[in-house]
Amino acid sequence: MPTLTQRTGRARGSLLLCAAAAVALLATACSGAAAPAGGGGAAAAPPGRGDKLTVTVYSKFTAREYDVVTKALNKLRDKYPNIEVRHEGNQDDDKITQSIRGGNPPDVAISFYTDNLGVWCSNGSFQDLQPYIERDGIDLNQIPKAVRDYTAYQGKRCAMPMLADVFGLYYNTDMFAKAGITAPPKNTTELFEDTKKLTQFNPDGSIKVAGFIPSMPFYGNQAQYWAPNFGANYFGPDGKSHLADSPGWKAMFQFQKQLVDFYGGHDKVEQFKSGLGDEYSADQGFQSGKLAMAYDGEYRDAFVKDQVPTLKFATAPAPVLDSMSDQYGGGFTTGTIIAIPKGAKHPGAAWELIKQVTLDTGTLVEMANGLKNVPSTTASLTDPKLVADPQFKTFLDIYASGKLVANPPSPIGDAHLKAVNDFAEKWQAGAVPDLTAGLKQVDAQINDALAQKPTGG
Amino acid sequence: MTTTLPARADSAPAPGRLRAGAGRARRHRTVAFFMAPAALGFLIFFGYPLVATVVYSFTKYDLINPPTFVGFDNYARMFSTEPLVRTAAYNTLWLVVVLTVCRVVFALGVASVISRLRSGVGLVRTLCYLPSLAPPAAATLAFVFLFNSEFGPVNRILKLVGIDGGLWFNSPAMSKPSLTLLALWGSGELMIIILAALLDVPPEQYEAAQLDGAGPIRRFWHVTLPSISPVLLFGVINSIIYALQFFTQAIVAGSAAAGSADVAGNSKYIGAPQNSTLTYPVWLYVQGFRYFNMGYAAAMAVLLFVVSAGFTWLLVRQLRKSQHQEEAA
Repeated sequence: MPTLTQRTGRARGSLLLCAAAAVALLATACSGAAAPAGGGGAAAAPPGRGDKLTVTVYSKFTAREYDVVTKALNKLRDKYPNIEVRHEGNQDDDKITQSIRGGNPPDVAISFYTDNLGVWCSNGSFQDLQPYIERDGIDLNQIPKAVRDYTAYQGKRCAMPMLADVFGLYYNTDMFAKAGITAPPKNTTELFEDTKKLTQFNPDGSIKVAGFIPSMPFYGNQAQYWAPNFGANYFGPDGKSHLADSPGWKAMFQFQKQLVDFYGGHDKVEQFKSGLGDEYSADQGFQSGKLAMAYDGEYRDAFVKDQVPTLKFATAPAPVLDSMSDQYGGGFTTGTIIAIPKGAKHPGAAWELIKQVTLDTGTLVEMANGLKNVPSTTASLTDPKLVADPQFKTFLDIYASGKLVANPPSPIGDAHLKAVNDFAEKWQAGAVPDLTAGLKQVDAQINDALAQKPTGG
Repeated sequence: MTTTLPARADSAPAPGRLRAGAGRARRHRTVAFFMAPAALGFLIFFGYPLVATVVYSFTKYDLINPPTFVGFDNYARMFSTEPLVRTAAYNTLWLVVVLTVCRVVFALGVASVISRLRSGVGLVRTLCYLPSLAPPAAATLAFVFLFNSEFGPVNRILKLVGIDGGLWFNSPAMSKPSLTLLALWGSGELMIIILAALLDVPPEQYEAAQLDGAGPIRRFWHVTLPSISPVLLFGVINSIIYALQFFTQAIVAGSAAAGSADVAGNSKYIGAPQNSTLTYPVWLYVQGFRYFNMGYAAAMAVLLFVVSAGFTWLLVRQLRKSQHQEEAA
């Protein structure tokens, strides 16, 4: 018969064994936490006309925009009357990722943020839509190449463009008239000269009205929005970052420094910048009349008309580097993307919904009119029902110019964009003595991030 | 002569010992039963995440696909090729040192003043405590507005007395001090705890010290401080942990100062200006949930855990040492 000591000893041994087993189980659980990537392969069959099911959609739309998109999504019911569309608004990219990881994703995910596409595509979060496109014989040439590019990653089409954002120059026509400027600047030399004419200083030397401020990242002054106007590229043919070898980046940063010096230094620009309102408030710098010119997306048109209807303004393509005059008329594009997440319960119905809101001209035009975004197909762009005043038409022309440039999807999300924008901040502040050496450090940082990804580096 | 042989260890225990043993076992079971919910909660919400974090720290893991073992690669990257982790660690260390000292001294100072008030104590105490109830995001936005260099009331008042207030949240040199001011404004909880400790010091000790000719400074040094030292230690540890976990205020201040209200989904504004508000937890979050480098983020978390545990252990050890020295004296 075992003694108490022996029993206690055995109990301790069992406890240790249990603890070890628990740790082993935890480790096993950890390592097997997620199912293998997949979700590609064959296209799921479309639902039957009488099928009763609910398609869940996650998007970040809220308030008025939510209603516009919900209405567009519900057009699917014209074809499938028994399908219910449940649109969950205010769901950001983090929530979409979390739902995929948790095994309970929506059937359709809508994101405003194309920079995450490379990550989602490369790790299998979004399903490959190519089998659906081939099955339904869809011609993707109805979408501009740059837009097709930012919705695919390394040949894998894991999203479709729903609506596009196009960037250009906004300028205050009253201030232009007062300064005797008759046309918007077409190149960086003209932009600089016009900035000098339009800028007003207070008696103490501080900035009262800025012609065009170079602060980055700020409003539409993001490295990625400016890059196409200077021919600046992020990655070389080897897939690695080569900013230091790119004359475009150097030209862009030198132009930026030229503007900072004109204003009397970085602190003066920062002081002025801090007095400008939030990007989407009525006090936004261009809307409040403190900025005579600004880079921005086509959506600013709707904000101005809604929040400051008295403001006299016009729009034009963004000025380009003097040596790139043939590229004038184009610009940066990004947009809303729509995809079927891995693990979606009704992928067949989800694809039908995606087709409805990305390829159906009527639906696209209705959404574009409601959201004041650029519709993504060529047919919708020229549809007579598309409401386009002269300010908005500029962006439609840029979209149709064939000179659009988008960010290259990357497996590191927006890490490279953050690195460049961080550098821009330091450069403007005069904290970088050697531009080339500084850009080499940025390259090293981006390449280190790329090396962490299976497809990078 | 009779010899009593020692009982063999494996011999059958006497019935009385058996009963006592059974009673002990029953008590152990009862204790285990009552402890089970807490133990279970501890295992699920602390033990499992801790073990999982350590395991993940040796893997490359993108949150979607199964992790792959990479040994010490994540730790090696942290100490070699990844530059922003050093910036983030520096910012957090800055906050640990400056914010901890300022927060404890400020709370002690305010509590000392309140403890000496003759009237209006309730009102002053409430006014000092109220800011700590403000939600961090809202409080930060309000602070960014107050300290706006162009139209903020703080700079306007400073200008009236001929002082150039500076750029505050828009300057990399001033952003962390601005965040420290924000933390001080919201340190009402610590102030209340220290106030309670101050009011708990026996008045006889002050009277005795006064009779011995001790002035206010010596009374504070030799009576007040030793009496409230455990509470101050709690304040220091609490402030260190607060600084090590500094997240919401840093992320909101950086974004607001950059003119954007879009924090979710946009990593480009995080840390602005010039990554001076990029704290260690913020960078950990960005790496894990924005860049999908969960293995690397886990390695960062392990380091943070080791550092915070180390800080706490050092402080507790130091306090015990000084208490023993005091008792011996």
